[in-house]
Amino acid sequence: MRFSLRFSGRRRLAAAAAAATGVLLAATGCGGDDGAGDGTITLTVDVFGQFGYEELYKEYMATNPHIKIVERGTGGNLDEYSPKLTQWLAAGKGAGDVVAIEEGLMVEYKANPKNFVNLLDHGAGELEGNFLPWKWNQGLADNGKHLIGLGTDVGGMAMCYRSDLFAKAGLPTDREEVGKLWPTWQDYIKVGERFTAADTGAAFLDAATNTFNTIVLQEAGKSTGYHYYDTGDNLVVESNPAVRRAWDVTVDIIDSGLSGKYGAWSEEWVAAFKQAKFATIACPAWMTGVIEGNAGADAKGKWDIAAVPGGGGNWGGSHLAVPTQSRHQAEAIALAKFLTSPQGHVGAFQAKGPLPSSPQALDDPAVAQSTNGYFSDAPVGLIFGGGAKSLKPVYMGPKNQAVRTEVENAIRTVELGQRSPAEGWKDAVDNSKKAAAK
Amino acid sequence: MSLHVDVGAPRRGSHSKPRPAAGRGPGPADRRPRGRFSRFDLKYSPYFYIAPFFLLFAVFGAYPLGYTLWVSLHDWDLLGDEQAFVGLANYRALMADSDFWNSVVNTLGIFVISTVPQLLLALWLANLLNRQLRARTLFRMGVLIPNITSTAAVAIVFSQLFSREFGLINWTLDLVGVDAIDWKANRLASWVAISTMVDWRWTGYNALIFLAAMQAIPRDLYESAAIDGARPIRQFWSITVPLLKPTIIFAVIISTIGGLQLFTEPRLFNSGPNPIRGGPLRESQTMTMYMFENAFAPNYNFGYGSAVAWMLFALIVVIALVNVVIIRRLGNSARGGQ
Repeated sequence: MRFSLRFSGRRRLAAAAAAATGVLLAATGCGGDDGAGDGTITLTVDVFGQFGYEELYKEYMATNPHIKIVERGTGGNLDEYSPKLTQWLAAGKGAGDVVAIEEGLMVEYKANPKNFVNLLDHGAGELEGNFLPWKWNQGLADNGKHLIGLGTDVGGMAMCYRSDLFAKAGLPTDREEVGKLWPTWQDYIKVGERFTAADTGAAFLDAATNTFNTIVLQEAGKSTGYHYYDTGDNLVVESNPAVRRAWDVTVDIIDSGLSGKYGAWSEEWVAAFKQAKFATIACPAWMTGVIEGNAGADAKGKWDIAAVPGGGGNWGGSHLAVPTQSRHQAEAIALAKFLTSPQGHVGAFQAKGPLPSSPQALDDPAVAQSTNGYFSDAPVGLIFGGGAKSLKPVYMGPKNQAVRTEVENAIRTVELGQRSPAEGWKDAVDNSKKAAAK
Repeated sequence: MSLHVDVGAPRRGSHSKPRPAAGRGPGPADRRPRGRFSRFDLKYSPYFYIAPFFLLFAVFGAYPLGYTLWVSLHDWDLLGDEQAFVGLANYRALMADSDFWNSVVNTLGIFVISTVPQLLLALWLANLLNRQLRARTLFRMGVLIPNITSTAAVAIVFSQLFSREFGLINWTLDLVGVDAIDWKANRLASWVAISTMVDWRWTGYNALIFLAAMQAIPRDLYESAAIDGARPIRQFWSITVPLLKPTIIFAVIISTIGGLQLFTEPRLFNSGPNPIRGGPLRESQTMTMYMFENAFAPNYNFGYGSAVAWMLFALIVVIALVNVVIIRRLGNSARGGQ
């Protein structure tokens, strides 16, 4: 060959240097991405589960043509969402312009309110009347001087059941009569024993942890107003009678052999919904959307909703906040206000069923008189909304989520027969102390 | 009998120190660098060629490593305002943390019951593929197929197979009269299930590496061994395995690093509330999962999580060294048997 393919020395050196810097630039390079140039602003909303905002976005974008809304995380679960949000906040980059915060995690974010815009500085104070007082207070940090989030939904409770399985077991199927079967949890156990004796091939309930959560929040609401932490942020798992009572009732349920032991939120749990492997599940308002999603269209009309044993209570519910890292704070605040307005609450309820935390929305006929077709046209507005205004909130301490995980896990080991109830209780106490100390 | 098993393994002496001229290859001997620039080029260009790797390593490898060490010396709440320097307190707490040691035992247990059968199986598979087969390339590429599937997909499918009530494995066991096993709430069972996933994915990959090394072994070694009356089994242990030693060491180190960092398979094998725990009693929680649990949800204790990361790093170094020593010994004794 006449022409050498080899580079000459000078060119070779240049090529090597170019390659090295090129890789480095590609690795570290980043650029501005602001603005489409036509004045349109894109707002990102981060959620988990089902918030039901799609129609509200369309409405908002129609009246605010310069805003484009993108939602991330619909259908995802909280266990995946909350670490991501925490990382974004810690990194100072990546979070949406509006983010959803679950009430159990709110306490952890309150520890450093600087991560969020103080909505009181932006005229949110006059909106106080739009929310249940305790829901409003949950969003306040720094002794009431800093409003982190505006309330979305609350978790009014009920008991969802499969009327086809109840019929098979010779139990009443009408929701009024079913509710009368179980004024207390002990009655619920008796019904469960009758159900089990009929041998339908299904368990009476899905998982003891779901039942435990319901009972502990009821007990706390009825007595102390707190469960794992007292209002002085001391860990009281061991000494709080509300926790112990809920534990004992749950152990009774386990001992009666009523649980299908499908770990809540696991793949088996989802499969058990599809195959009708259990007859009842404690359901906060937001759970109706989960049941519909898991059990699928085939089970439409087979599910129904009755009153929950043991009286009302609250489980779950979220807030919308605006991180200070948002580059469009003013627009984001306006959007958060819109989504949490009484009108926003009603829209979300109609779309996916989360129960409003706004008294005006709860009184709105669109909520109060609504029925749910999937659940045999159950009057969900009446069932969930009825007690919502009189709900007593349960206080949650700094490491609430970590402690709750430990107690739930202890319940699960008892349910699976890995631990005796006494050993399980010891685990619950010891491990929650350990988790709280981390 | 004169089998010179050294043929394949290059001796240290055969690498003479590369002198500048040696790098020019078999070109005309009279071509000499001319001018200052050429000399400079000759001396430093190689460094520029390898620079991209080291630059990237510095940015994405060394810097995070050092930063993690720095973080591990602090009480570093991911959401907190101030991060107090606490020295070795995190490491001291870790030493007394039974959940940490539980994760170490799990990691080592899963590592042993996945890696040992995996490498033996790969060796055997490679030996089979090294024969005269019809559609050889097809089979050779075929063993790699499990490796190109996504880990997440594999883990999800396997965790369904190993489901307590709805799983195919328990259904099959039931057919032969074995009681259902709760694969996720039984420690040993969960280790076996996770190891199955790892083996399914990586056996073919290692087999191909072994196969490549086997093909470098001169055929005449086997021929003369056959003439001397050695049967295939004997040939395998006395020729193939000793000559494969450097490759086996490589595979063992790679498997050690991968095996001790196991995360996706056990994480996706466990579903439900807080799956990062790896079962109600932490039956299958590996060290990386424990690190994640502490650094992120639900504890958000970045300092503690970083301390776990450094302990993992130390453990990998120790285990890799132990493995190399063991393999060397084994190889030597096999050679000594000649």
